[in-house]
Amino acid sequence: MSRFRLALWFGAVAVVATGGCHSDMYDQPKVEPLEANEFFDDGRSARPLLTGVVPRDPVGAKPAASATGTANPLPVNQALLARGMQRYMIYCTPCHGRIGDGDGMIVRRGFRQPPTLHSDRLRGLPDRHFYDVMTEGFGVMPSYRKQISSDDRWAITAYIRALQLSRHASPEVLTAEERSKLDATEAAR
Amino acid sequence: MAQIFHPLTNVVSRATIFGALLMAAGALWLIYMITTSDYANQVSVVRAQPVDFSHEHHVSGLGLDCRYCHLSVENSAFAGVPATEICMNCHSQIWSDSPKLAPVRESFRTGMPLKWTRVNDLPDFVHFHHGIHIQKGIQCRTCHGDMEKMPLTWKAGTLHMRWCLDCHRSPEDHVGPRSAVFANSANPLVSTAEDFAEIEKYQVRKQTNCSACHY
Repeated sequence: MSRFRLALWFGAVAVVATGGCHSDMYDQPKVEPLEANEFFDDGRSARPLLTGVVPRDPVGAKPAASATGTANPLPVNQALLARGMQRYMIYCTPCHGRIGDGDGMIVRRGFRQPPTLHSDRLRGLPDRHFYDVMTEGFGVMPSYRKQISSDDRWAITAYIRALQLSRHASPEVLTAEERSKLDATEAAR
Repeated sequence: MAQIFHPLTNVVSRATIFGALLMAAGALWLIYMITTSDYANQVSVVRAQPVDFSHEHHVSGLGLDCRYCHLSVENSAFAGVPATEICMNCHSQIWSDSPKLAPVRESFRTGMPLKWTRVNDLPDFVHFHHGIHIQKGIQCRTCHGDMEKMPLTWKAGTLHMRWCLDCHRSPEDHVGPRSAVFANSANPLVSTAEDFAEIEKYQVRKQTNCSACHY
């Protein structure tokens, strides 16, 4: 075969091969999260959960804490409070405000005002009450079951308790060192 | 015997040979510049959406945290686009008769999801995990830009492989403290010496082999 014909063949193969380049791999038949899917009537590939499904949450850990009693079933420590504060800031502050007075930004924009978390009535209710309100909703407050995991709801409950304590703690429970710090702050005011 | 070619032919032939090579190289360069440009990748281009959702209003104006809506961003590959129910947490009462929100109410009533247009959409042959990047201290804004200043949503980077690799090859410029992941432009990235020590532990530079993302 002459060199010229060889080159011609090579060129032809190259043209055919590059003609095969298209972007199927960019959009593969697999479904991405929340991708539309015409197979189902509601058009979504992500199927809603069946009733009675129990989440493994967080993955691999023991089942989420659930208690039949009214007290917080999780050990209340610094880590739980820190987690509760973080989650409170994300999910609760829009309405309840950063310190629980019920004057969050969404309330200022017209949402019905929730009661303060610092009332005697709410301070007297068991931990379970706050957990249940987050889980099931209360009045105009929707259920946060899908946004906040069970353990996090208990963590937020613990943080709400800390918030309530912050307004009603007596100076007598402080150590001498903390007390002098408090006095210094008071004096500075 | 007379010369067949004019002496100038030497110059012309050289010029055409090298000129052709130059033009070929120039064409390749042009193609490269176009395919990697912000323009061709629709960076900073607003996509049409079923509802004119403003991140600026919800983040800067109201102070909502990213995670109020993007639920799975901390633990999952996919950050999560909020269900209509989450919009209705507030919009059952606020702007509840706004014509702008009619598609949201329609979706809530019928159970048919809103069809948002993906703005940051990677090709299906590459895998990206939001969770691991959040856990290692990459701020949202490093990739998504200043979302709190976007009245309508656009993407801030080309999402090209080089864009990923630039970061993985110089993590010290991009990895910050975990506490600042969800911070916005009001409190920018501040890395300390301890952060740098931490960054080395993450072995970010190692994750530049093909199978880290293409599997």
